[in-house]
Amino acid sequence: MTSIPDVADANAPPPQPRQLQAHPGRGDRYFRRGASLSGLTVLSVMGAVGLFLGIQAWQALRATGFSFLTTAEWQPDRNKFGIAEVMLGTVLIALVAGIVAFPIAMSAALFITEVAPKWLRSSLVALVDLMAAVPSVVYGLWGLFLLQGQVVGVSRWINTWFGWIPFFAVDGADPNSPLSAATVYTASTLVAGIVVAMMVMPIQCVVMREVFSQVPVGEREGAFALGSTRWGMIRVVSIPFGRGGIIGGTMLGLGRALGETIAVLLIISPVFQINFHVLQQGSNSVSSLIALRYSEASDFSLSALMAAGLVLFAATLVVNFTASWFVARSRSGASSEA
Amino acid sequence: MITTTHSSSNLSAEHDISDTTTVLPKRSGSASAPPRRAIGGISRQDVMVLVGAGVSSLCTTMLLFGRLTPLSGRLGFVIVWFGLFLGVYAALISLTEDRPAVIDRVMAALLTSAAVLAGGALASVIIFVLWRGRTALMHSNFFTQDLSVTGPSEPLSVGGITHAIVGTLIMTAISLVITVPLGVATAVFLNETRSRATGLVRTVVTAMTALPSILAGLFIFATWVLILGFPRSGLAASIAMSIMMLPIIIRSADVVLRLVPGNLREASAALGAPQWRTVWQIVLPTARSGLTTAVILGVARGVGETAPVLLTAGFTNTMNMNPTKSPMVSLPLAAFKLVSAAEPNLIARGFATAAVLMLLVLILFTAARVLGGRPVGRLTKRQARAATAQSLRDRVRIDQMSSSGNRFPQEQS
Repeated sequence: MTSIPDVADANAPPPQPRQLQAHPGRGDRYFRRGASLSGLTVLSVMGAVGLFLGIQAWQALRATGFSFLTTAEWQPDRNKFGIAEVMLGTVLIALVAGIVAFPIAMSAALFITEVAPKWLRSSLVALVDLMAAVPSVVYGLWGLFLLQGQVVGVSRWINTWFGWIPFFAVDGADPNSPLSAATVYTASTLVAGIVVAMMVMPIQCVVMREVFSQVPVGEREGAFALGSTRWGMIRVVSIPFGRGGIIGGTMLGLGRALGETIAVLLIISPVFQINFHVLQQGSNSVSSLIALRYSEASDFSLSALMAAGLVLFAATLVVNFTASWFVARSRSGASSEA
Repeated sequence: MITTTHSSSNLSAEHDISDTTTVLPKRSGSASAPPRRAIGGISRQDVMVLVGAGVSSLCTTMLLFGRLTPLSGRLGFVIVWFGLFLGVYAALISLTEDRPAVIDRVMAALLTSAAVLAGGALASVIIFVLWRGRTALMHSNFFTQDLSVTGPSEPLSVGGITHAIVGTLIMTAISLVITVPLGVATAVFLNETRSRATGLVRTVVTAMTALPSILAGLFIFATWVLILGFPRSGLAASIAMSIMMLPIIIRSADVVLRLVPGNLREASAALGAPQWRTVWQIVLPTARSGLTTAVILGVARGVGETAPVLLTAGFTNTMNMNPTKSPMVSLPLAAFKLVSAAEPNLIARGFATAAVLMLLVLILFTAARVLGGRPVGRLTKRQARAATAQSLRDRVRIDQMSSSGNRFPQEQS
C-alpha cells in the first residue's frame, strides 16, 4: 500500500509553477535573430507592396472620389477615368471561367478519388498538377490560334437560338444570314473565359481532390453497407463532407481568374464601353488595362493604374480569404493546406 | 464462417447440453472456402453496352448531321454525339438494371468523360504548340542564334532564341538566389521560433499569394524604374519574379517543415544540441525532398510568368548577358511578343519559343516529382546505405572509446 505523505501545513501557499528559463547560447541567439530577420524582411517587402500601391493610388482616388468605381472611361489626362467597365469585364471573364471550369474540376476530382482504378490515380494527380504548372502564355497561344476558331461556331449557334437572352445578344450579328462575318464572335469574353478556365480548372481540382481523399473510410463503407451505389455514396457522403473544400477551391480558382493577364491580353480586343454581351467581340480586364497602358509616362495616369490594380488586389484578397475561410471551417479543413 | 455452418438440427441439439461446456459447431462436409466473388472489374456485358452505345449514337449523329437536319460543325458534332451516347447508354443499362444502378452508371460515365475532357484539353495544348512550332524547332540555329540581325520576314533558317533562353536562365538564377535563402529562412521562422510576429507573417504571406502578377510588375516598375531611376533590366524582372515566387515557396516550405516529426526535434534537443544545430542537421535534412519540391514548383511558376517581365525587363532581340543594364528578354515574353506580330515566320518562332518554355517547365516538374515523391524523412536506397555506414562508424568509434576506458575524451583535453 502506498502511504500518502502528511501535509505539513494546510495553510501553506500552493506551490508556484516553476519558472522555466532557457538560456540560449550565442549560436541560438544568432539563429533566432536571423530567422526573425528574414521573417520581418518578407513582412516588410510584402507590406511595402501593399502600402506603396495604396499611397500611389491615393492620388488618383482622391481626384475622382467615388466616381472611380462607376465611370466607364479611361482618360486620366482629362481626369475622366474609372474602373466600372474593366472591372465588369474582369468579373465576367472570371464568371465564364468559373462556370466552365467548375463542373469539369469537380467531376475530374471525383473521378480521380472515386472512379479511377488505383494504379491510375497517382499519374492523374501528377497530370492535374502539371496542368496547373503550364505557363499562361502557352494557354493564351492555344486559345488564340486553336480554340477561337472552334468556339465561333458555338457562339453563333447560341446567338441564333438564345439571342433573345440579353447576355447572349450580339450587336451587328445577323442570325438569318449564314454568310455574316464571323469576326463579331471572335475576341469575346467567352473565348477569354474558356482559356482562363483551363488555368483555373486544375487549381480547383487540386483542392477538391485533396478534400475528397479525406472522406472517412467508415462513412463510405457505411453507405455501401446500406446498399448504396457508388454514385449514391458520392452524393450522400463525399459531396457533403467536402462541401467546404468545393466552395473554397472554386473561389480560389476565381481569385486566380481575376488576376490573369497575358492570356486575356492575347485574346480580347480591348474596348471601353460597358459590354454585357459575352459572345460579342471586345472585352477588357483590369490586368490587361495595366499591361496596355503602363508605359504612358504621366505620373498621374500611373497612379490611376495603381488604383485600378489596388481594387483588383482587394477583390482577389477578399475572394482568397473567403475561400480559405470556407476550407478551414469545413469538416475536412483542419489538415488541408489550401 | 463458423456460424454459417450451423444447421437447424445442430442448434436444437446444442440447447440440450448443459451450459458449462462450449461446443464447437460441426463443419459440414468439405471445409474449403467458397470461391471469392469478383466485385470489381469489367464484365463482357459492360464492354458490349459501352461499345454498342458509342457506335449507335455515332451512327445517329452522322445521320443527323448532313442527312436529316442542316447541323454542321465539328464541336457541335461531338456535343450531339455525346448527348446521344448518354441517352443510349442509359437505355441499354435500364434493360438489365434498376433505376439507382442506371443513375450510378450514367454518372460514372459523366465523371469519366469530364476527366477525359480535361486530359484531352491538356494534350491538345501540348501537341498543338509543339506542332505549330515544329517548323522552327527543326532548325538547329533556333537554339544557337539570337534575333538581332534577323528581319521579320526572313526564313526560319536564320535567327533563334538563345537570347531568351539565356535571359530566362539568368533571371531564374537571380530570383533563386533571392528567394531560396529568404523563403526557407522564413519558413523556419514560422515553424521553429515562437514570436508574436509569426501569425502576422503567415497571414501576410497567404495574402500575397493572391497578388495578381501584373501588380508585382507594376510595383517594381513604379519603384525600381521610375522612382529609383534604375533602367529596365533583367535584375528588375528578377526582383518582380521573386515577389511572385516568395509566397509560393514560403507556403509550401511551411507545410513541409510542419510535417517533420516533433520527436526528432525533441531527441536532438535531449542530446544537448542547440536549436540552430537541430534545425540545420535534423529538420532541414529531414525535409530536404519536400523543400526541393517547394523550390522547383516556385521556379516553375516564376519561369512562366509573363506579365511582371513585360513591365520590368523591356524587350530586345539581341543577346544580353548583363542583368543590371539594358533590356533582357525571357522565354514567355519572347513568345508573347513574337506571336503578337502578324508575320507567319515570327508566329512560328513564337510557338517554338512557347514549346521550349513548356518543355523547360515539364523538365522542372518531372524533377520535382522525382525528388519530392517520397514523404518527409523517407530515405532513398543510397541515403539509407550512407546512414547505415555512418552509424556503423559511430559504433566502431564508441567501441574503441569504451575499450580504452576513455569515455569522455573531450573532458581530458
